Amino acid sequence: MRLQVVARHLNQEKIVFLLTVALVIAFAALLPNFLDRGNLLSLVRSVAVLGVLGLGMLIVVLGRGIDLSLVAIMAISVAWSMQLIHQGLPVYAALALGLVFAVGIAFFTGILVAYAEIPPLFATLAMSTFVYGFGRAHLITGTDVVYMPQNMGWIVGLGQGKLIGIPMPIVIAALAAFVIFLFLRFTKLGSYVYAIGDNLAASRISGISVRPMLVLQYVLAGVIAFVAGVLTATSVEAMNTRIVNSNMIYDVILVVVLGGVGLSGGRGNVRNVIVGTLLIGVLMNGMTIMDIQYTVQNVIKSLILLLAIVIDSVVNPRDEQTGQQGDI
Amino acid sequence: MASASTLTKLRYRFVPDHVIGEILSKKWIDNAIPLLVLVCVVAVFGMLIPNFFSGSNLSITSRQLGEFALICIAMMTVILVGGIDLSVGSNFALGNFMTLALLNLADWPVAAAVPTVVLICGSVGLLNGVLIGYLRLRAFLTTLVTLIIVRAVVDMLLLQYVQAMSTSFYQSDIWDLIGLGGLFGIPFSFCVLIVVAIIGHVLLTRSRPGWRLMAIGGSRRSAHNIGLPVRSTVCAAYTISGMLCGLAGVLYAARLSGAGSDTGIGMEISALTAAVLGGNSLGGGRGSIVKALIGAIIVLIMTNGVLRLGLNSGSGPMVLGLTLVFAVFIDVRWLKNRDKLLNKVYVSPTYIELPEPVSTAAGAGNALALNDRLRDVEIIGLAAVESPEDVILDEDDYLYCGTRHGDIVRFAPPDYTSHEVYAHIGGSPLGMGWDKDRNLLVCVGGMGLYKIDRDRKVVKVTDETNRSTLSVVDDSRLRLADDLDIAPDGRIFFSEATIRYEMHDWPVDALESRGNGRIICHDPKTGKTHTALRNLIFPNGICTSQDGQSILFAESWACRVSRLYISGPKAGQVERVLDRLPGYPDNINRASDGTYWCAIMGMRSPALDVALRMPSFRRRMARRIAPDQWLYPNLNIGCVIRFNDRGEVLESLWDQGAENHPMITSMREHKGYLYLGGITNNRIGRIRLDGRDKTWSSFRSYWGGPNVRHAS
Repeated sequence: MRLQVVARHLNQEKIVFLLTVALVIAFAALLPNFLDRGNLLSLVRSVAVLGVLGLGMLIVVLGRGIDLSLVAIMAISVAWSMQLIHQGLPVYAALALGLVFAVGIAFFTGILVAYAEIPPLFATLAMSTFVYGFGRAHLITGTDVVYMPQNMGWIVGLGQGKLIGIPMPIVIAALAAFVIFLFLRFTKLGSYVYAIGDNLAASRISGISVRPMLVLQYVLAGVIAFVAGVLTATSVEAMNTRIVNSNMIYDVILVVVLGGVGLSGGRGNVRNVIVGTLLIGVLMNGMTIMDIQYTVQNVIKSLILLLAIVIDSVVNPRDEQTGQQGDI
Repeated sequence: MASASTLTKLRYRFVPDHVIGEILSKKWIDNAIPLLVLVCVVAVFGMLIPNFFSGSNLSITSRQLGEFALICIAMMTVILVGGIDLSVGSNFALGNFMTLALLNLADWPVAAAVPTVVLICGSVGLLNGVLIGYLRLRAFLTTLVTLIIVRAVVDMLLLQYVQAMSTSFYQSDIWDLIGLGGLFGIPFSFCVLIVVAIIGHVLLTRSRPGWRLMAIGGSRRSAHNIGLPVRSTVCAAYTISGMLCGLAGVLYAARLSGAGSDTGIGMEISALTAAVLGGNSLGGGRGSIVKALIGAIIVLIMTNGVLRLGLNSGSGPMVLGLTLVFAVFIDVRWLKNRDKLLNKVYVSPTYIELPEPVSTAAGAGNALALNDRLRDVEIIGLAAVESPEDVILDEDDYLYCGTRHGDIVRFAPPDYTSHEVYAHIGGSPLGMGWDKDRNLLVCVGGMGLYKIDRDRKVVKVTDETNRSTLSVVDDSRLRLADDLDIAPDGRIFFSEATIRYEMHDWPVDALESRGNGRIICHDPKTGKTHTALRNLIFPNGICTSQDGQSILFAESWACRVSRLYISGPKAGQVERVLDRLPGYPDNINRASDGTYWCAIMGMRSPALDVALRMPSFRRRMARRIAPDQWLYPNLNIGCVIRFNDRGEVLESLWDQGAENHPMITSMREHKGYLYLGGITNNRIGRIRLDGRDKTWSSFRSYWGGPNVRHAS
């Protein structure tokens, strides 16, 4: 009886959070220095970019979409900006151009999804491939990696600076999380995002301009991707465009769904993303300290995700009668 | 003016508008756009790349296609069942590695290694299947996880064994055949693909498991509710997908004999692109092997082509991405608008010029002049029957009629107040007739020709005929068998009113007024059915002439009755018997004095007659306004006429008040009475005829005197 009550209150977010706490306790017991301030900061810092990208993904996923082009937009727009600075363009102009590029691509993706009614999975998959290809063919030629120019001034501080001892990427990520939390929770547009994700047809009938809203979601995700790109580039002083071909986009999805955001839209909030990001951060940090091979880390990460969704499906079973058609 | 109408006439005679709609209604038309893209891609790259069509290039391409298309078929299988498999690329890499490891390191023979690898990759698929099918996890996430896990496993294995593997080299004849050789000059992997494709196609389109796959993809909930094994079928689809990936991995290993960490990277995206480009819809239920193949060829030619063109590294993905957007866009638009388009173009009215009708004015003095002879019709079975299209009586005076519920109801003589359900067939029983052995033959709309034997057992006589060679719609199926009659030699002639519409859509056929109907002959001696006469305008009533040499048939929307000779020197010829009718003729039956009764189910109206000469007007009407506001044949009032073999109308029976028996689709004379049926009625009518043979019955007129009755 009590077990049932407990089970009813368990959801994926709580399961993942408990898992994170358990891991922290385990690591703290087993690994010396794990609870050091320095280690904890580097733990959070290592997943800050992932978290920021997760926030972009969250906005899109809440509206029953998915954006596989985030990493491509992030890499190409920022790499192009830096390329332009190398070619002599003023820093702000170059960054503005990069931002315009990111927003333009995201806007076009949004148009494809909202107006051309192409399933988001495909629109963004295709845009990802296209953006990468276009960038490599016409914007950034001859090199995979664009190094950070030395004349970027205070912007470098975004990746490398510190605010009262906390690395800036963490501050920026926290700021972004707070802004998006406010947006989703307290603005009209934020509630529209939930409404559309919950029931698109009903939102349309009740008078929400569904299509512009969808475009807005992708544009917001594009802006966030650009911010994440600037963070990455300034932290490691370079932008490697091959990141597009890596598993990174899968990691972003992992962070989002791990925390319990429903891929079918309308369910989830910023807290879920934070929880998911923290779990990944703790895991990776612990495993790195234990000197576990990168591929093995991948396996463990995936197994944990699998465990989370299996538990979720056992606790909240999907019903043959109410399952949505075409919901993959 | 005259020349304009001649032009219209010629235009509608020779331009087959209706074919467009029929083609659009076919399922294979879905492949048209992917096929067009394929042709364009081949043409563009064929022009750009020298030696594109040379033998060696085609051989290399088809060898690669053998592997890639297998992956696409794997992807298509799971998409069809409503899922997605992102792990195909990793699984393929696993298959490749395992093959090489088993052959090079473990020294297994090929015959043992290949099945083992297929089973290993199949077990990865099985894992996906159990998670997604039985545990109901989301396909996208689950296969994403297996993608990462399997990839990591392959990377770990590579790290450990790649040194040892690069030093040894497996060699055997059969391995060389798989990797480098082929059968009859066709690369081996392509042969494998052909075999898999054919088996897959047959399974998907012709077998129960394939149909279940489609059903579950189309609507998982409905499939579950009708009791299909949803979970195990979904699981099986993923397992098959895994096994196909393993097979592709084996072929790849045989071709290149190398295991690298980049094997199969991004392949899930290419395969997904290919599957969707080919027209398999995400979400399930729509897809085929052919679609997967078309998509695979397009993607392979494009990726190879961009490489061969020597463009810089980004151009390949760029082109691929653009194509994916374009293809999905077209596909989505096509899916969304196909039905709309079909609705718009399927109805295609044609030109028909009806001759001036004979006057029916009450004072005209001709046989068709209005009268009130049906006003005193007796009512039988009021509210007990619905839609008695046809009525018939047997030698013991029992009265039978069909109802819209699919029953044959029998009324008992002499007062016909008690009734029972004689038999239940289903569908909409329409025309009826007795054969020599007193079995009741019934034309059932939507089902075909059925027989009720004397033990009341319902037997299907036929529900198909020969398909005509150039027909686009499948005209082998009987959609609307309408009325029948039996020739003296036992052959059953029956009319099918239209091959383009179901029964409830008869008004649309009236709007078209094209020769969509036909007369079909079934020979019980041989059991064969064939079409005797095509392109008739809603053929309805059928009656064997009194001499048994010909059959009379009514073409409703053409307002005429014609004669088809079925035996004798003029067999096969058609001649006009009666036209200029003022209404739409329905069933025809024999009368006791050697003439024929014919029901006129509705009256012509001048407005509709004019509209019939204006096909474009009717097309606009069909497209723009709601069906209940169309110009229809007026079926509110009708009459019964009697005519003879020379086509002279002898008398007519009207009910001007239309109170007792408003609508007439059939009538039978029986022992001095005329029994009336009407498809929109809830009753049967009966009226005494003066001065007719009181012993004459229809059955005896066909099959001889009382001795038959004695024999039974």
